[in-house]
Amino acid sequence: MTPTVNPSLSLNLVADLRDLFQFPFMVHALEAATIVAVLASVVGWYVVLRRQAFAGHTLSVMAFPGAAGAALAGWPAALGYYVACAAAALAMAGTGPAVGRHKSVASAVIATVQITGLAAGFLFLSLNHQILVGLETLLFGTFLGVSSSQVLVLLAIAAGVLAVTALIARPLHFCTLDPEVARARGVPVRALDVCFLLILAFAVAATSQITGALLTFALLVAPPAAAQLITGRTLAGLVVSVAIALVVAWLGLAAAYFSIYPAGFYVTTFALAAYVLAWTARAARGRLAARRRTRLPSAGVLESG
Amino acid sequence: MTETATSEPVGAQSERCTAAVRISGASVRLGGRIIFADVDLTVDSGQFVAILGPNGAGKSTLMRAILGLAPLAAGSVQVLGDTPAGARSRVGYLPQQRSLDRAAGVRGVDLVRLGLDGTRWGLPLPPLGKARRRSERNRIAEVIELVGASAYAGRAIGELSGGEQQRLLIAQALVRRPELLILDEPLDSLDLPNQAAVAALVRGVTSRERVAVLLVAHDVNPLLPHLDRVVYLAGGRALTGPVDEVITAPRLSALYGAPIEVLRTSDGRLVVVGLPEAPHHHGDRHEPQP
Repeated sequence: MTPTVNPSLSLNLVADLRDLFQFPFMVHALEAATIVAVLASVVGWYVVLRRQAFAGHTLSVMAFPGAAGAALAGWPAALGYYVACAAAALAMAGTGPAVGRHKSVASAVIATVQITGLAAGFLFLSLNHQILVGLETLLFGTFLGVSSSQVLVLLAIAAGVLAVTALIARPLHFCTLDPEVARARGVPVRALDVCFLLILAFAVAATSQITGALLTFALLVAPPAAAQLITGRTLAGLVVSVAIALVVAWLGLAAAYFSIYPAGFYVTTFALAAYVLAWTARAARGRLAARRRTRLPSAGVLESG
Repeated sequence: MTETATSEPVGAQSERCTAAVRISGASVRLGGRIIFADVDLTVDSGQFVAILGPNGAGKSTLMRAILGLAPLAAGSVQVLGDTPAGARSRVGYLPQQRSLDRAAGVRGVDLVRLGLDGTRWGLPLPPLGKARRRSERNRIAEVIELVGASAYAGRAIGELSGGEQQRLLIAQALVRRPELLILDEPLDSLDLPNQAAVAALVRGVTSRERVAVLLVAHDVNPLLPHLDRVVYLAGGRALTGPVDEVITAPRLSALYGAPIEVLRTSDGRLVVVGLPEAPHHHGDRHEPQP
């Protein structure tokens, strides 16, 4: 079978799948998307639970100073991403507890970090005579331009980040839901705050290289938020979150392959659709439960009468 | 500085096995301000003790000192024969007015479970921990039954009433079989029937599980039938002893340094009058029942 230049969707699923996997760039894209989907949806589950989406957004914006700084220093862009995200995470962590009383102060600090990062990126760009290759890639990702060595680096970083997350999972859960009691029980709440911001920084840096800085949230926030609408259980929630992210990433890539529109658009659209579906299902369930409650007392009256 | 109304001889206490809490000459200074100074307090194992006093008298700070969360400027705090930090795993704690909005979607039973395994690192390994997981499940079910929350423990925290949440939080504080239970205003946001019910619940559960209880209260009314002793904090000083020895006109007047009257109404209730603070927080009091 000769590779087709303009792939078209047939009604034969097997043929379509074979079509999808015939190019190495598509295989790498699917591998990278799988790794990133698992990483982002697990870390994102804690982001949504800890109400740290704004911190996540700020970290994703750090791709700009990261890439501009890397170009200036002659580093690979990926290294710039990780360094900029980690620095921003430490800056946010240094200014106070992420979970606690001073929420308004915390969000002002995060906004300040964000604007400082953007200003630094602008400065780096100017120092580098306005040269920044791949601005569109920076913003909207490179699903289809991932190399096999990039996939390996991504795999190593995802494995490391997920291992650390597993190690601190229960104390992190404890101090997220119940910081006062966790502190009284000797859980290092502050250290876990910092540790989680660094986990988030690495997850965002890894994800935004694939999805682009602006579309990171498609995998980082939408699938976990949908999962938390569906279930309040920890393990089930994580499984649902990962499942949604994987389906969204795979379907997005496949749709992009068979059409002329970019992968980032499809991934984001499918993520939004998953959230809307979860929200609708929850609303419907709530209405059913309410109707059952109102019906029960009248049934009791009938029986006693 | 401290005036004690303790009727027990000092020697009798030290001969017993370790007290649940032993505070001597403790002072706490926060931001340059002395919260309280030279406070002595002993809580014996199995005792039910309330900490009373006006707003800002340092009741919560005293609790935090016992938990090792507020550093002492002077004196010493011993908890279960150990330092506060060393005794942490044997102390159950229920803080004041915690915000549970992050836990709104979490099931009650999962919140109780955090009290048991929330401090453990790593993930539970299925082949190793099968027996332990079964015993943990049993303990969680047992403690939820103990506080009478079995009917709704499977529902999300956000769907429960204040009283139901409070019962589950007490279960969480009890799940590790602590020897000391510290409760900061556990009755504060509850309606009157729930206040009486939760107070009776804490007394019943703790006497069955042989736990000492130290409880901060704004309103002593619902507690009076259950109390062994009270600690009255005011003006940076503390007064300790049985209720009817501490809540008297001469002792409170000496503590506040202002004339205080304790009136007895015809139906046997006590009313404290003349406090320098806003009058609302010392409502009428029931006569303590021995």
